[in-house]
This record gives sequence, C-alpha cells and structure tokens, in this order.
Amino acid sequence: MKKMKIAKTTKNNLITYSMVLIAYILVQILLITGHISSLMSGLLVPLCIYVMLAVSLNLTVGILGELSLGHAGFMCVGAFSGAFFSKCMDGLMPDGIRFFIALLIGAAAAGIFGILIGIPVLRLKGDYLAIVTLAFGEIIKNLVNVLYIGKDKNGFHFSMKDSISLHLDGEGQVIINGAQGITGTPHDASFTVGILLIFISLIIILNLINSRDGRAIMSIRDNRIAAESTGINITKYKLMAFSISASIAGVAGVLYAHNLSTLTALPKNFGYNMSIMILVFVVLGGIGNIRGSIISAVILTLLPELLRGLSDYRMLIYAIVLIVMMLLNWSPKAVEWKEGLKEKYFSRLHFRKEKEGR
Amino acid sequence: MSLLEVKNLTISFGGLRAVDDFNIEIKKGQLYGLIGPNGAGKTTVFNLLTGVYKPDEGIISLDGHNITGLKTIEINKAGIARTFQNIRLFKELSVLDNVKVGLHNHYHYSTIEGILRLPKYYKVEKEMDKRAMELLKVFELDGEADYLASNLPYGKQRKLEIARALATEPKLLLLDEPAAGMNPNETGELMDTIRFVRDNFDMTILLIEHDMKLVSGICEELTVLNFGRILTQGETGSVLNNPQVITAYLGE
Repeated sequence: MKKMKIAKTTKNNLITYSMVLIAYILVQILLITGHISSLMSGLLVPLCIYVMLAVSLNLTVGILGELSLGHAGFMCVGAFSGAFFSKCMDGLMPDGIRFFIALLIGAAAAGIFGILIGIPVLRLKGDYLAIVTLAFGEIIKNLVNVLYIGKDKNGFHFSMKDSISLHLDGEGQVIINGAQGITGTPHDASFTVGILLIFISLIIILNLINSRDGRAIMSIRDNRIAAESTGINITKYKLMAFSISASIAGVAGVLYAHNLSTLTALPKNFGYNMSIMILVFVVLGGIGNIRGSIISAVILTLLPELLRGLSDYRMLIYAIVLIVMMLLNWSPKAVEWKEGLKEKYFSRLHFRKEKEGR
Repeated sequence: MSLLEVKNLTISFGGLRAVDDFNIEIKKGQLYGLIGPNGAGKTTVFNLLTGVYKPDEGIISLDGHNITGLKTIEINKAGIARTFQNIRLFKELSVLDNVKVGLHNHYHYSTIEGILRLPKYYKVEKEMDKRAMELLKVFELDGEADYLASNLPYGKQRKLEIARALATEPKLLLLDEPAAGMNPNETGELMDTIRFVRDNFDMTILLIEHDMKLVSGICEELTVLNFGRILTQGETGSVLNNPQVITAYLGE
C-alpha cells in the first residue's frame, strides 16, 4: 500500500514532465518542418513565461493556500534586476554565463522581496496578503517608472528625478531610463531555454510538495491551528513557500526581459491585469493542481491567437472556454464524473493491489 | 513525581473569568479526566495548557520545566500534544501524511536534500513511512493509509487525530471529547484504545469527556469544573458520588 502511494505521486509527476517534453519535441518538429507561423513562434517564449508564472503562483495559492494578487510585481523585480545585470556585464563575460547569473540574480531579488513582504504580512490571518501583494505589484511598477540608474567611470549613479540629474560624464551610459525602461538587453531567451526553466521550476515545486517541507506547508493550508499544535513552524514554512514562488516568478521575469529589446514597466505587462490573468490560469487549471496550471496557461494564451481568424466571435469563444473549464473543475457533477472515469480506469490496478495484500 | 503541575491558573475574557484559580496535579502514567457542564471552561483549560491563550495568572510546569506563556509550537516540542473537540485533520492530505506531519520534528533532512532528492531524502522518508505505519497499525488505520483524511468515517478520523498527536512523541496527551458523536460500540472500542495507548506508549493522558460511561470506565482521577472554578477533585468513584457534582452536572 505504502509503495503504491509513492509510485502514484511519482507517476503523476512523470506524466507532467513527459507532457512538457512531448510538447517541446512536437513544437521543435513543427518548427523544423516550417509549420509554425512567425506569429506563433513569437509566442513560444511568452508561453514558457506564463507557464512558469502560473505554476509558481499555484505554489502560493494552491499549496500554501494564500491569495496573492501581485505576482506580476515579483516578475517585474526579476525582469529589471536581471536585465540590469545583463546590461552592465554585456560583453564582459561569455553570454551563457552572463545569462545564467542574470537568472540567478532575478530569482534572488524577487525572493528577497518575497521574504520582505512575507515577514510582516504572512503572520496575519485572512486576506491581508492579497491586499498587500496587490499594492506591492502597483508600487513596484510605479517605482521602476521613476527609477534612473546610470554608469560611468566613477561607478553607478542613481536618481529618482530624471536622467540629467544622474550627472554622468561624457562616456557614461544610462542603464535604467525611467519610464523608457531598459533598452538593448541582449536577446538570450529562446524556446529551449524557456522549456529548460519550466523543467527546473517543476522539479523544484513538485519535489518540494512531496517532501517533509511540502507536507508542513500543506498542513498549514488545511488547518493552521492543528499544524501549530503539531509543532509546525507556521511563519517559516509560509515564508518558504511564498519566497520560492516569488523567486520562480522572478526567473520568469528575467526570461521576459531577455526576450525583448526594450523593457518597460507598463500596466499591460507588470500591472494588476497581468497578476489577475496569472490567477485565472491557476484557478481554471485547478487550485493546487500543477499540471492543470500548465495546461490552462497554454490553452488560454494560445486560444486568442488561434481564434484570430474568427475575429468577431473570438472573445465569445474565449469566454465560453473559460466557463466550460470552470464547470469541469468545480461543478460537483463534473467532479463526480471525472472520479468515475478515474475509478474505471484504475479499477484493474486496485484489484491487483488487493489481491497482493491478501 | 507529578508530570503536570498547574497552579492558580486564571484567565478572563472581558469581565468574564473563564478559568478561575485552576489547580491540577497529574502523575506520570495517569489517566485523568476533566468534566463539567457545557461552558464550564474545560476547553479553555486545554487552550491555556497548549499556549493558544496566555494565562493572566498562574504557573504551568511540565516535568519540572516551567512552560507558562510559551508559544503553541514550543509547548508541543516540550511535550504536550492534543486533539480537538471539533476534529481538525489535514483534510487534503492522505492518512499517512497526516501522521508524517506529526513526525515532522523528529526526522530531518534539509529543503535542498528534499528538492534534489538526495539519498538522505529516501532514507529518512522510508524511516518516516515505517514509523507512521506502525502508529497507524495501532489504531487499525493501516489499511486506509492512502485515503484522504477527509474520506475517513467519523470514528476513524478521531483515531487518526490521536495517532497524529502521538506521532509528535509527547509526554502528556490531551484529548478533547474523544468520544463525542460516537455510538456505544465505538466508545467501548475507544476506551480500549486509550488504555492501550497509556500502557504501550507510557503515556499520561488528560481528557475532557461528557460520556460518563467512558469517564467512570477509564479515568483514575477527576477534576470537575463549574463556571470556571474547580468544584471538586479526587478519585473517580468518590467524585462521581459527590452530591455537589450530582446537582451541578450529573443530575439526580
């Protein structure tokens, strides 16, 4: 029985990994044979970014059970810190290593912000985290818009007013130029890198869930008081889940920054709407269901593009898909039906197990 | 020597003295009962003992250590585990995982070892599985180890809660109305389980219960609470025949 259970979670994880792998191989084949339009191939990296964001937010919402409405804010922190590093170091070290370090820096910066926000807020009960993360996302976006950082022979210059007040010398270079953001970030992102990062995120999250720490995190979600009197350190594990979730969003941000020539903090990419969109991926994919998050992120990103031909009915179909997915995930009847299918499918296994047991 | 010693424990909520001058002394290996009418402050005493509430006055010492005012998690580490009146399981976790959460502080590997699945992860998880299954076997729950905790029938959920509490390796086990909602058969079974736990785990048990059959059947000593104050305490037989207890609680 015990063995069965371990085998079951491992099997589930393997399905998730192989799903991503198959999708990758399929897309590569289509790319080589030239069956993917340039519009679609331009969507591949954003797709990876959305998947990472959805999966990481699911760690906070589904596994830890706290509502975060500022996930795009962590992505923003990661994007700007990673791009800043790349811009400074461009040409000074091999591209691969520079990009790798940029990813680490993005993860660390977002993780640190996660901890800073988490320390005061995760101690509270109720919806305070949602409110504070919502504010955080907006504050970060606006802060980046008035941030000026430049570099010359004397080192770094920093200002919150404009690029002139940086007082750079003749050869100085403005790196972050307020609302104009960072321009000329090296283009390191590719679909392969994106898939690789998805794999790493999945390994971190899925292995965390099925470990001692993951159980502690989920016990807090299920019953905080019982977890506390069972000896679980609530604050520690909440912070752990929240900062890991923020770090992965930061990495997604770095990938995002290295996919564009100009990085600006707009409401469209790092604002409230983006955070809500990630939350929609998570809710529709099933809260706590990592594989579901991947699938819904992919479907909901591709759908509007695939339906472009149907221009007039595009948003209508999109809305219907949203409703159908929600029903499938949440209506008791549909859940029952799914359980029934599962039982039918696994009944043979069950039978064998029982026979072995006796 | 007494394991738990409580002196002058008092807490007020607003103007109400929910627990007033509560004293108790429980010896190692004892099965002790806390009874009284609804609203007498029994669960409040449990919440005080486990650090959910901080007492206004009084001293709680466990095994010679003063644990007054410590946090819930520190008190658990010091050796008090509890179950709840309204069952509080980790519903979305499996039965096995519920017990493994209880084992959390006794088996260690780092987060990195867990994420990278280093050999230590497999080794420790295997030990945890083994220990958890042993505990489940005691409560005849080993057949349901894979079930979600919320899918267990009521009586078994109660048992799982006790198993989880025992997994934290406490010195003192607090049971808050373990027989609530059970039929006479299940209650009888539960009495055997509680005795078994006491004998085989060297456990000291303090329990709150309304089922007089259970109380008179297994408790060696009793404390009766009424309106937050101790009405009487002593050996089970003499307490239950005390005229004051009969008027206040049992009824004539």
